[in-house]
Amino acid sequence: MTTTPATRSVLIERELPYPPEKVWRALAQGSLIKDWLMDNDFQPVVGHKFQFRSTPVPNWNGIIDAEVLLVEPPSKLSYTWGAFGLGTIVAWTLTPTASGTHLRMEQSGFGPDQDAAYKGATYGWQKFIGNLERLVAGLE
Amino acid sequence: MRTAADTLFKSLADPTRRALFERLSRDGEQTVRMLTDTSGVSQPAVSKHLGVLKHAGLVRSRHTGRETHYSAQPRALAPLIDWMNFYSRFWHNRLDRLEDLLKRMDP
Repeated sequence: MTTTPATRSVLIERELPYPPEKVWRALAQGSLIKDWLMDNDFQPVVGHKFQFRSTPVPNWNGIIDAEVLLVEPPSKLSYTWGAFGLGTIVAWTLTPTASGTHLRMEQSGFGPDQDAAYKGATYGWQKFIGNLERLVAGLE
Repeated sequence: MRTAADTLFKSLADPTRRALFERLSRDGEQTVRMLTDTSGVSQPAVSKHLGVLKHAGLVRSRHTGRETHYSAQPRALAPLIDWMNFYSRFWHNRLDRLEDLLKRMDP
């Protein structure tokens, strides 16, 4: 697999030939989420705490603890995603296009940046991620 | 591994610490005084942030006289890169399945 700054950011975008309302159902109905993602007790209600459940593997019980953060049908959905001791946020954005829907998925480990007091810290996490590859490439 | 990744994420969650780490990565070793002079925050604050980065293994310090010199340790980013590679593959795979489901769903 090639590694580019885009894939490193855990930001994935797809063009889908279906209207946002249909894509939304697949993202926000528990029985449909189970089909493509994982078994779950999701409800499209802000503050709802739920779990994604998959088959346990060595060193992991297969459980992802989650809480709904944002529900704006059919355009925005986000929830927390806690696994392996890390709290992250998964955010879905659906934008209507001439041919269907532009779907954007972003997983962030950090939430929104606070105001930075440090001069030069005006850039965000995404830019930092973009620079990671260069930083690491300069090691050897 | 879990603990290391969690410590790493928390240490980099703060934009001031990211800026300090990136500056050390870009410009090489710096003293606390040099970092403070251009930072816009107080020396105790800079020292505190450097302590968090050091705990995460992201910076190393050495003392000469009264000065403490800090340098970046980019290898410590490995758990973060592993995490991003893992989830990148995971979500590409799941979105393929989502597209497959959309083909089978009623309009």
